[in-house]
Amino acid sequence: MRCGFPLALLFPRSRTLRALCAFVRAIHELFWALLFLQVFGLSAVTALAALAIPYAGIFAKVYAEILELTPRAPSAALPTGVDRLSRFIYAELPLVWERLASYTRYRFECAMRASVLLGFVGLPTLGFYLESAFREGRFGEAGALLWIFYLLIATLHWWGHRRLLPLLLVAGLYWLGPWPQIDGALLWRFVSHDLWPAPLLAGDLTGLVAWVRDMPDLLPAIGNTLLLALMGMVGSLVLALLLWPLASRHFGNRASRGLGRLALVMVRSTPELMLAFVLLLLLGPSMLPAWLALALHNGALIAFLVARHADGLTPGMPGLPASGRYAYELLPRLYPNLLALLCYRAEVILRETALLGMLGVATLGFYIDSSFEYLMFDQALFLLLITAGLNIAVDAAARRFRPREVPVDDPCSR
Amino acid sequence: MTLLRFDGDDLGHADRVVLPGLSLTLARGQQVALLGQSGAGKSTLLSAIRARLDPLAAWCPQSHGLVPLLSVYHNVYMGRLERHGALANLLNLLRPNRDAWQAVESLCAELGLDGLLRRPVERLSGGQRQRVAIARALYQQREIFLGDEPLASVDPHQALRLLQRIQRQHATSVIALHQHRLALSHFDRVIGLRDGQVQLDAASRELTLADLDALYPDASTSAAATSA
Repeated sequence: MRCGFPLALLFPRSRTLRALCAFVRAIHELFWALLFLQVFGLSAVTALAALAIPYAGIFAKVYAEILELTPRAPSAALPTGVDRLSRFIYAELPLVWERLASYTRYRFECAMRASVLLGFVGLPTLGFYLESAFREGRFGEAGALLWIFYLLIATLHWWGHRRLLPLLLVAGLYWLGPWPQIDGALLWRFVSHDLWPAPLLAGDLTGLVAWVRDMPDLLPAIGNTLLLALMGMVGSLVLALLLWPLASRHFGNRASRGLGRLALVMVRSTPELMLAFVLLLLLGPSMLPAWLALALHNGALIAFLVARHADGLTPGMPGLPASGRYAYELLPRLYPNLLALLCYRAEVILRETALLGMLGVATLGFYIDSSFEYLMFDQALFLLLITAGLNIAVDAAARRFRPREVPVDDPCSR
Repeated sequence: MTLLRFDGDDLGHADRVVLPGLSLTLARGQQVALLGQSGAGKSTLLSAIRARLDPLAAWCPQSHGLVPLLSVYHNVYMGRLERHGALANLLNLLRPNRDAWQAVESLCAELGLDGLLRRPVERLSGGQRQRVAIARALYQQREIFLGDEPLASVDPHQALRLLQRIQRQHATSVIALHQHRLALSHFDRVIGLRDGQVQLDAASRELTLADLDALYPDASTSAAATSA
């Protein structure tokens, strides 16, 4: 259970930096882990780097977006000649502090989930024991581990208290391990030689063509990835539409709301890969478990955010029956927001789709995983680059199609 | 002695001219009241004056420009942010500078904010925030005071006291306000704007309340209510 906290207050002012961040976060934590695994082995460095690198990209993007929304008035009221740093700490940072902090807390929860996932590639986190318990059919043990994980998330408030953070950080550094022996020559060989197609390094163009021809059939894989992502989005939409009243103050009584909220948070905090894995055991191998897992996880997450948004609304006509309140009062006002949230999630869903390939669904992720297994790092890198490109393209498309007039100011949607 | 002169200038924001062809002269040692309906161009004129007089003028904006999370002390301190280095400002955020604290404390006591120095601005009332904004402008210690409705959300007695305090420290001021009686009794000169034009520019002793009412197109229909 280890969470990397990157120092990521980068300001993507320049286009290159923005592109770099987009690239870095377009590749899922697990794939970063697979990449680092080859160099650093099963060690703390692999885990930390696999979490810290994509998170740095995500933090940079979201922090920059939050900072962009800083109210301008206090800064305009300052006398001229104030240096940049003073202006930032007095007239900008305090205004967005609360949002930055709440986003960081949310990301911490994501990092816990991701660190469980890292267990699936063999790093000794909770996920490792969970996966082996499931694989070996010790379901009682697996269930207990899952409950421990939920308990950790639920008690985050207490053990993740602000005062305890320095202590946790020091303890984390102490218990973290093992630290690997880094062999410089090996690292250099990996970066300069193993990652690149051999014909390219030899300057052999015809060999390169043959190398490309030896690739697994990419088009169906890309098609499957996109199809699964699209189906995942539709599934999330349907589920979110059905589930959000569970946690909203406009429906049910106190007990049902409490239960609904709990259920949504539980589904949301279960790692997608875990969900897909369990469903795979139940339903047999096909795309169905992957689709269900994607829809459940993202649907619950969006439903939770929409319920929170609904709680801020007051119905204009009190006394309508529940169906009327749902269909006439609340949904019409919430729907654009819901769609915008979904569009924000598109990038995340696609990233997760690739990931589900590790379970055998024939998406791009499947081929990446098998390339790593066959130690064909050049091919793996090439596929990773394609995945990243696809992610960036989908993100750009979702950005274009999302409803413009509703600002999604909740950073926890990303 | 002329302080600044607009000579047929077009004033406005990036894409929209609010005050076309404005001609106006301001002199040192004058207390100027700026009147006019909301949207008549008062704020535009004030920010143009601010831009011209930059290092001489203390500025109290209409939106206050306060930082809600920071304490009253830090908000007032921000008036002199440019006179300290970045490191000093950073340290002051962690632990208040003793000299600055004393200066701010006595200033706040004068404005009826005593005992509130450590309180975050987000937990103050509207009138208190207004006074913090004025305290910040006074703390700037500049020659000229520019205020965009600095007396808008305080009661009449307080408005009078605050205005006297401002004018005691600044021999020259340009203040936008809506209190007509104050404009006549406590200012040397009144500038009235209407529809982007200077409609009125005269010494205040030559004016009556009725002259000021002419700046407000709605006034004729509710003449009785305007002398308030």
